Amino acid sequence: MGKTLFDKVWDAHVVDSIANGPQILYIDKHLIHEVTSPQAFNELKARNIPVFRPDQIVATADHNTPTQNQHLPVKDELSRKQLAQLSENCKTNHITLYELGHKYNGIVHVMAPELGITQPGMTMVCGDSHTSTHGAFGTIAFGIGTSQVAQVFASQCLLLTKPKSLRVTVNGKLKNGVLPKDVILYIISKLGTNSGTGYFCEYAGDVFENMSMEGRMTVCNMSIEMGARGGMIAPDETTYDYIKGREFAPKGSEFDKKVAYWKTLATDIDAQFDKEYVFDAEDIEPMITYGTNPGMGIKISESIPEETDASFKKSLDYMNFQAGESLINKPINYVFIGSCTNSRIEDFRVAASYIKGKQKADNVTAWLVPGSKQVEAQIIDEGLKAIFDAAGFELRQPGCSACLAMNDDKIPKGEYCVSTSNRNFEGRQGQGSRTILASPLVAAATAVAGKIIDVTQTIDVLEAV
Amino acid sequence: MEQFKTLTSTAIPLDIANVDTDQIIPARFLKATDRKGFGDHVFKDWRFHNDGSVNTDFVLNNPKFTGSILIAGDNFGCGSSREHAAWAITDYGFKVVVSSFFADIFKGNALNNGLLPVQVSEDFLKQVLQLVKQNPETELEVHLENQTISVKNSEITETFEIDAYKKTCMINGYDDIDYLVNNKKLIEAFEAQKTY
Ligand code: SF4
Repeated sequence: MGKTLFDKVWDAHVVDSIANGPQILYIDKHLIHEVTSPQAFNELKARNIPVFRPDQIVATADHNTPTQNQHLPVKDELSRKQLAQLSENCKTNHITLYELGHKYNGIVHVMAPELGITQPGMTMVCGDSHTSTHGAFGTIAFGIGTSQVAQVFASQCLLLTKPKSLRVTVNGKLKNGVLPKDVILYIISKLGTNSGTGYFCEYAGDVFENMSMEGRMTVCNMSIEMGARGGMIAPDETTYDYIKGREFAPKGSEFDKKVAYWKTLATDIDAQFDKEYVFDAEDIEPMITYGTNPGMGIKISESIPEETDASFKKSLDYMNFQAGESLINKPINYVFIGSCTNSRIEDFRVAASYIKGKQKADNVTAWLVPGSKQVEAQIIDEGLKAIFDAAGFELRQPGCSACLAMNDDKIPKGEYCVSTSNRNFEGRQGQGSRTILASPLVAAATAVAGKIIDVTQTIDVLEAV
Repeated sequence: MEQFKTLTSTAIPLDIANVDTDQIIPARFLKATDRKGFGDHVFKDWRFHNDGSVNTDFVLNNPKFTGSILIAGDNFGCGSSREHAAWAITDYGFKVVVSSFFADIFKGNALNNGLLPVQVSEDFLKQVLQLVKQNPETELEVHLENQTISVKNSEITETFEIDAYKKTCMINGYDDIDYLVNNKKLIEAFEAQKTY
């Protein structure tokens, strides 16, 4: 029987198998950030264990950083201490750190692919559930807890039981205005938030083959929202072209050698998956969420379903929505375009192409937060900043920002925010805030209209995107 | 890590499905650089109103319910990988969480912190939730060696699954770091002959 992409990469990294137990899996790259690493460093210190392979670790500061005045000392004392702790830990342990203000600083899942650190066939981990993003390159990448961060520090390995395999195939051509974010929101709305638990997911079919790397990252990013540990897409020419020439990408004949290996990774035709789902691209439309988990999504033109169970009701109460109502014309005062799901250059290009020549509605506060310093520089170089400025949008400095609202970028209590991030949990964007997940196009359209509108009704606009 | 063998305790019924780790410990409490004190903030936005007053409707604030077992609805611990969620629950005093479904990362984090996730059938979960709600004195017995969870002084019992390796770790109080560090030779040999 043939092997899946996942099998091939996993099997190549197994150091040993414990009888009736987990396997020791070797980790090629370990990404760390300020929030989930300090306790792991403490653990090692307490046990007097050195960091085993510091040159396979890359650190960035992203979760807890301000998005304004990054050149000044961080105001919040606890945040400042946490960032200082990261710097100190990296220095003591000889780990490369792209700290606040560095030209490579950014959200961990944006900066690593951008620098060519993420490569096909690797195993990558980070103390952050959206590490699944890197799967877009045909990488086994998944989020880990802090105890596991300490394990990787100590041994460059993890003890794991091999997950089962799941494949989601989407064939056909996406309609105008349907973005990668809509594809993944659609999949999760159909499969639910725990359909992937215990599985690693591969995305296959024309839709993903024709998608840019940025789009693939958006899709793989949200694999965790259906419960899967990670998502993967087989590497192809799009992948190799993206990697080629990046800072830490292999160079010259080394690159060609790698490509030859990467070409062997795709799932064999006769490989079997434990679970398979197939969708049709034509059925997908721009999506929004109405509830407090990412599975509670509908096409923007649809109404909220009528369900009776207690957690559904609790969720609608929190959002102050009624079962059966449409969200079209709901006034919205906050719009956030950012997060590791949608803060890459392509996302800002889409937003800019819609916004160009228009004005933000007066009632809206619109934050645009790039995923990295490099994306920020690109936004300026490509003239997108000028478009945003003219339209009244506020371009901030890179970081996780209002995705998890650890810094000052919080949505006030009771307010709705149309957000390109990945989680609409209660209070995720600030205590009492109400999140509506959407694509950068829907978010831009909301900011301009000051309310949710059916973007599918503005065909001319969609054709431009 | 603390050892875990058996536990007999009353329980707290948190009858809510899809409890995500942002609810267990909201992001604004993740600025600490050590593991202590997270119990003070567990379920913060459900335990307290925005003005800081106690939400007396929330089950953790109901003095009738006590104990070191948390019984939660389906799909517990989804969302963020923050291990702070497991720290917060153990720091608050729980040793066991019962649910009909656990998110992967949370389950792993719990096991790495001596917090036992007991996955039961939906029927069993419903039954136990109801019993505990009706009579807060109801005691549950969890036996890790036998992999059973039972309602004390009754016939109501169920077995649960746990990875054999993780079970040994919990019973003996070992963790994965000990195991991995003891296998450094193997890891170095792997590095020397990597095929990719
Ligand atoms: S942007 Fe949001 S989801 Fe992504 S790493 Fe930051 S906090 Fe996590």
